[in-house]
Amino acid sequence: MLNKSDNYQLVCGLEIHAELKTKSKMFCGCKNDPFSASTPNIYTCPVCLGMPGGLPVANKKAIEWTIKLGLALGCKINLFSKFDRKHYFYPDLPKGYQISQYDLPFCYEGKIDTSFGPVRITRIHLEEDTGKLLHKKIDGQEVSLIDFNRSSVPLIEIVSEPDIKSGEMAKEYAKNLRAIIKYLDIADCDMDQGGMRLEANISLTTNPNKLPAYKVEVKNINSFRFVEQAIAFEMKRQQEILEAGETPAQETRGFNPNTGKTFSQRSKEDAADYRYFPDPDLPPFRFTQAQIEAWRSELPELPAAIVKRWQEKFGIEPRYAQVLFKSKTKAALLDELWTLAKEQAPKLANLLANKKIKLGKTALATWNDFQKANTTEQIDTSELEKVIAQVLASNAEAVTRYQGGQTQLLNFFLGQTMKALGKKVDVKQVLEHLSLALS
Amino acid sequence: MLLNKSIKQLAELLQAKKISSVDLVLESLSRIEKLNPQINSFIKVKEKKELLKIAERLDQSRNKDSSVLHGIPFSLKDAYITRDLQTTAASKILHGFTPKFNATVYQKLIDANSILIGKNNMDAWGHGASNENSDYGAVKNPWDLSRVAGGSSGGSAASIASHMVSFAIGEDTGGSIRNPASFCNISGLKVTYGRVSRYGAIAYASSLDTIGPMAKSVEDLSFILEAIAGKDQLDASSSQQKVDQYSKFLGQDIKNKIIGLPEEFLATSIDPEIKMAIEKAAQELEKLGAKIIPISIPTAKKAISIYYLIAASETSSNLARYDSVRYGQGRSLFSDENCRRIILGTYALSAGYADKLYKNAQKARTLLIQEYEAAFKKCDVLLAPVAPILPTKLGELINNPLQNMLADLYTVTINIVGVPSLAIPAGFSKNKLPIGLQLIGKKFHEGELLQLGYAYQQVTTWHQQPASILKHAK
Repeated sequence: MLNKSDNYQLVCGLEIHAELKTKSKMFCGCKNDPFSASTPNIYTCPVCLGMPGGLPVANKKAIEWTIKLGLALGCKINLFSKFDRKHYFYPDLPKGYQISQYDLPFCYEGKIDTSFGPVRITRIHLEEDTGKLLHKKIDGQEVSLIDFNRSSVPLIEIVSEPDIKSGEMAKEYAKNLRAIIKYLDIADCDMDQGGMRLEANISLTTNPNKLPAYKVEVKNINSFRFVEQAIAFEMKRQQEILEAGETPAQETRGFNPNTGKTFSQRSKEDAADYRYFPDPDLPPFRFTQAQIEAWRSELPELPAAIVKRWQEKFGIEPRYAQVLFKSKTKAALLDELWTLAKEQAPKLANLLANKKIKLGKTALATWNDFQKANTTEQIDTSELEKVIAQVLASNAEAVTRYQGGQTQLLNFFLGQTMKALGKKVDVKQVLEHLSLALS
Repeated sequence: MLLNKSIKQLAELLQAKKISSVDLVLESLSRIEKLNPQINSFIKVKEKKELLKIAERLDQSRNKDSSVLHGIPFSLKDAYITRDLQTTAASKILHGFTPKFNATVYQKLIDANSILIGKNNMDAWGHGASNENSDYGAVKNPWDLSRVAGGSSGGSAASIASHMVSFAIGEDTGGSIRNPASFCNISGLKVTYGRVSRYGAIAYASSLDTIGPMAKSVEDLSFILEAIAGKDQLDASSSQQKVDQYSKFLGQDIKNKIIGLPEEFLATSIDPEIKMAIEKAAQELEKLGAKIIPISIPTAKKAISIYYLIAASETSSNLARYDSVRYGQGRSLFSDENCRRIILGTYALSAGYADKLYKNAQKARTLLIQEYEAAFKKCDVLLAPVAPILPTKLGELINNPLQNMLADLYTVTINIVGVPSLAIPAGFSKNKLPIGLQLIGKKFHEGELLQLGYAYQQVTTWHQQPASILKHAK
């Protein structure tokens, strides 16, 4: 029996990598600044080059930041944790293994909310990035060059449960995660340069209570739009296979942003055995609950909480709140501004969100700008009546037409009056007097 | 002849300006020139011109406050990274590799103003207990050129025994300092894991590798250890534990020290002459006031299996970086012994096998640690032979890889547990082959081992016997 196409439900989880912006690299003292380096291989040492005798020493800041992200996402923290070696051969991996975390990641079991429902976080672990390969033609020869400026840059991986039910939901989840990471100020998440990279595990099922028997992993997705595209493409591709009565192959696929299509890279048979084992060069970590609580207390108020509080306290619509702040400092400034604005805050938020007025350097400056733009000058009634009389007198023909039924001309008279007044006055007041004069 | 003297004697003569470091360097170079073609203990010797320049500079800068190691010539196992000096780990894969940094242990010895003469031969990557697994040829025993020097720090032991240098730095992962020390009749110390920085030591098995001194006597060892021990910011596994002034332990009496004799280390497979020497050493220590008690460490019987699973697993990982992309030489240059250990380790870590092999070995390691802890509740130190066999004929072990592994039988447990062990000469066989004993201590109790070893060397003369090659050379 053929399944109807709308019976298929997406089962999708994301694996998201982000490079932390610590001053130094994950396991050595080299500068962590791969994207602004003037030339290749300047931020390198025996450790991140994988030279014989080099030994890793873990960057404490990177561990603290990883755990803080975990706390921000409601994760549990492993009080005993360690680094493991993940083995595979690739020219950009100079040691022949990547220092990563296997069975005891720093953080596990968290959650990110989206408007489509929550997405559970399986784990967050910390590892080192690889070098970067550059394939070039030099003097007519095809060569591969390696730049180790990125080698051993701290990299977090956030793995979600297969809770994502649509491409839109995937996009929103990823965007929310990025917002939180950026808000904590621990990573730049520059997707064009690979500072943040997405991988999606995609399959389809007709029974939402049972995980499908196969999984397709799509790698190399470097924008939120592409993750939506990749999911849409895969859903169509996999559905066609399923409708033909077959099961899509368990494999790793790449995504081509030019065509919007995915393509096969590696099948299950070639799946690597990474031979994980605890890295003997790095003693395991034991955290105390007190240490974790101290880090938790250092967390800033998170975007979701701020949006909620602003709505409750100042009546600011969440859609405006969300576009308004992208950083901790901005949120603090806005908090000050709403306090000044009191009941005007919702209106002010609307204007700011729609860029009708600009956010100034201080809350007070912004508040003054707002007041200037939104208050009217007092005008003497007799002066107003005099100006209106002049306007009507010099537009006698229009007055006749208005009185003949063309009431839309009221706006014309209003414009003329405002122009003649030459200052900002209460429109309501002008209209009242105009209607009176015209009746 | 100067390099037969102790470090302390040399330092005194240097201070009194009766001799110079130039004299020491010249003697070192001339002995290497004469004996190295027979012994093959050096892979690389530094240029004479450069060495003399250093010696002259150090002769001039010497003053009252100079370190006891100031101007003393030494050598390094070729497992240590030396700036601008070829470092190979005795594997052709690194032939011609000239590093751009220094191992911490080497830097500390330069800072103490010792003079590095050259780099010693070893079993390639530390894989071996006879120093026959070297891509630069086997090292020959200065006591009998037809026999092995032991391994993997065989070049270092043979260089000291033939008075080419005053001391050397070896590396001990499963017995690699103690085994050749015992075969060549010198003193060697395997330190507590974490006592000396591993930064710049080419890794064999990272959780077992230890960096330690080799010299002619326990007294010499204590001076070297003081210079090289301590926390290193570049090695996360190095310990914060305070460094003792080891020479202060020398000369303290050993009355009432309790010495455990583990029965598993004197089992039937041991050479009877070695067993006899150990029993005699126990009596000697008893005469000095120590008490001897029997101890049992049952899991020691499984030591070889535990060791070869953990060491091979880690070495398969550590050697992954020699992937033919870097260092100019292809990985086809790994020797049969290297490949054996890489394959064994890769297998032990593979999905479906890791639980049975690598993880079980780790569990057994925990058992062994607990048994040692229990033993050290009953005694201060353990006394054991270093090896169950006398130095073998060249070719005897290399053609029997399994027998080669058994040479490590009494040394590997100490690395698995991470405690220190001092190997010192304890006599000779009937045909004049050296026999060594080891004193095993609690973590960071190197001082206590040196105290006992020093007391033993005050009442014995085994360690003062010159190697046969030196007698013939006269």
